[in-house]
Amino acid sequence: MDIFKALKIEKKFSNHLALNNLSISVPEGSIYGLLGPNGAGKTTLIRIINQITAPDKGELFFYDRKFRSDDVFQIGYLPEERGLYRKMKVGEQAVYLSRLKGVSKHDAVKRLKYWFEKFEMQAWWNKKVEELSKGMQQKVHFIITIIHQPPLLIFDEPFSGFDPINTSLLKKEILNLKNQGVTIIFSTHDMGSVEELCDRITLINKSKSILEGDVNEIRKTYKSNTYEIGFKGDMNKLTTFLNDNFNLAELKKVDDHFLARILLERDINDNKLLSAIIPYFHVISFNEVIPGMNEIFIKVVQDARKN
Amino acid sequence: MNKIALIVQREYLSRVRKKSFIIMTIIGPLLFATFLILPAWLSQVEDTDEKIIAVLETNEYNEPKPDSLRFFDVIPDKENLKFEYVPATLDALKQILSSSKYYAILYIPYNVINSETVELYSKKQPSLGIELHITKSLEKYIYNLKLRKNNIPLDVLNSVRTDIDLRTIKLEKDGSFQEQNQQDMMRWIGYICGFLVYFFIFFFGAQVMRGVIEEKTSRIIEVIISSVKPFQLMMGKIIGIGMVGLTQFLIWIILTFSIVFILQQALGFHKTTADSSELTPESLFEAKPVQGQSATPDNTADFQGYVEKLREIPFLKVFFGFLFYFIGGFILYGSLFAAIGAAVDSETDTQQFMLPVTIPLILSLFIMISTFTNPEGQLAIIFSIIPLTSPVVMMGRIGFNIPLVQMITSMMVLVLTFLGTTWLAGKIYRTGILMYGKKVSYKELWKWIRYRN
Repeated sequence: MDIFKALKIEKKFSNHLALNNLSISVPEGSIYGLLGPNGAGKTTLIRIINQITAPDKGELFFYDRKFRSDDVFQIGYLPEERGLYRKMKVGEQAVYLSRLKGVSKHDAVKRLKYWFEKFEMQAWWNKKVEELSKGMQQKVHFIITIIHQPPLLIFDEPFSGFDPINTSLLKKEILNLKNQGVTIIFSTHDMGSVEELCDRITLINKSKSILEGDVNEIRKTYKSNTYEIGFKGDMNKLTTFLNDNFNLAELKKVDDHFLARILLERDINDNKLLSAIIPYFHVISFNEVIPGMNEIFIKVVQDARKN
Repeated sequence: MNKIALIVQREYLSRVRKKSFIIMTIIGPLLFATFLILPAWLSQVEDTDEKIIAVLETNEYNEPKPDSLRFFDVIPDKENLKFEYVPATLDALKQILSSSKYYAILYIPYNVINSETVELYSKKQPSLGIELHITKSLEKYIYNLKLRKNNIPLDVLNSVRTDIDLRTIKLEKDGSFQEQNQQDMMRWIGYICGFLVYFFIFFFGAQVMRGVIEEKTSRIIEVIISSVKPFQLMMGKIIGIGMVGLTQFLIWIILTFSIVFILQQALGFHKTTADSSELTPESLFEAKPVQGQSATPDNTADFQGYVEKLREIPFLKVFFGFLFYFIGGFILYGSLFAAIGAAVDSETDTQQFMLPVTIPLILSLFIMISTFTNPEGQLAIIFSIIPLTSPVVMMGRIGFNIPLVQMITSMMVLVLTFLGTTWLAGKIYRTGILMYGKKVSYKELWKWIRYRN
């Protein structure tokens, strides 16, 4: 079942169209990526989901019914640009923000203590926010976002400003939340994390959705029947051999061996390639090249620009 | 817990706990008390050391001859002020003045009856009291002298002298009346209350604006806005800061009175001894005469009645009037300040929007001052109904019997207007707080107001 659906959303600002006939469906329990170049309309869509702005046209659904304005309290939202009251103490502020989300004071303190301990932040409780580094503040933000245990979380650029250690910590927590059945929508420019975390994505470009679907399926759709072979032996001989029989796309030397990328014709089986090479060379690896989200992103956005 | 209440609580506590608030709260009353008590104290200090004035008279040949003594006796000595005849020339006296025991030299020339001029040479600027004492004494004597010269008997003159005492009594429709003496006091109370309303609206209104700008520039707004409606956030801030203002006001009043009382006890002078005690808060807010010197023995009966009347001043009305107009005015202006804060990116950008908000506020102060002498004139009535000026102007008139219709109209208009401005400000606020890096114009604001959502 879809926990959230947006149908044919249109949003116009004074002189430009921020979202144009955009629809997304987010299956319950999935991690859903919102991708797109800067200014494509991701943050506008996220704000519409959070009821911060209203769409000019289109409809929103929560589970199987129309979205009501108080459904927003079942969403945890981590905005892209996030701040805290600088002069306020961390603990006090976290309790305040939790209570604004409807968590009772008692529960807020209990849950916050749990998370502060988990992230090893207990010592910060009585510090002022201005004494914390940006990474520390990000952790506080993350905790506040999930403190009311909502079934749907929306992270806008959650990894920006995090060092690799904290990034992996955050990824781990996101996957943990997913395992607990929480649905997560997040927007990011980090395609590595999309491949790692996302089940489905929507790619928004210039206010329109230009690519939507399951991450693995998208990657398969964009594969070009290219194979990569690693081998040892005489390079010249190989080059000649491959050029004669196959379509050699790329050849490079890596340490003590070579990597060749070969583009196969649609009707040629990959086994055929392998068996053709094995008699002559020492093959150490063989795999199909599946394009990364990075390549797909660039290709799709550039194609869209050309049209 | 209600979200607005939570926001109010945070806004309130975070400000009340600030060092600057605590310092202001303590220094304010100290300053007020000093202003109130210093003049009285100073005048008392001055009165304690005895002053001797050397009096010099000359004969028609400009010689300091004893037989020319005509005026010396007519200036009586006072407590702490003595007059001594010195038979010497003016030049000689002037030379020794700085090293002598004398405070000043009073030179009365022979032809003073015609010239009507005497000279006072002193080491320091003499007080007005001394000057008045000398001139009044001489004037009275010479006046009588001239009467006698023209053969007008004093008793005839006394019998024709007429002094009209105008007692103005305002008759109300319901038959009650209010003697005008009381109104001097009411003027001052209104004046002070009006000024306080003005000051608090300005000071704490600016804090609302700064608070909104802080939330906007620090991007805390992005975090909060998904859990709270913008209107709740704005109202929470306005109410919280308004309560900080009321707290400060109440502490100021209590502390100022306490300090004045303690200082009076400590310095050991009684408020009726010095003329300047007319400025002490007791005289303004309690049953004390505004002008201490009017309490001379020969009008004790009047004075008693006066005190009785002062007891009838409707302090409850003044108090609740202050609360209503402070709160109403603060919500009105506070919401406008909040809208300005939301529309800009930093405090330096506020100028263009500040002007239309501050002008009516400043105008209201000037109108209150100009209606000081005529609190029931057309100008006062009109501007105490216009909501942008009514909090200050109406407070200026609060001590007088304002017709009920005017009062209710003014209050209703104020309430309706602040409902309107908060609604309007809410619209600007909602769009503005999430808009960065854009120079906003009035045209843009108008567009925000018209946004459906």
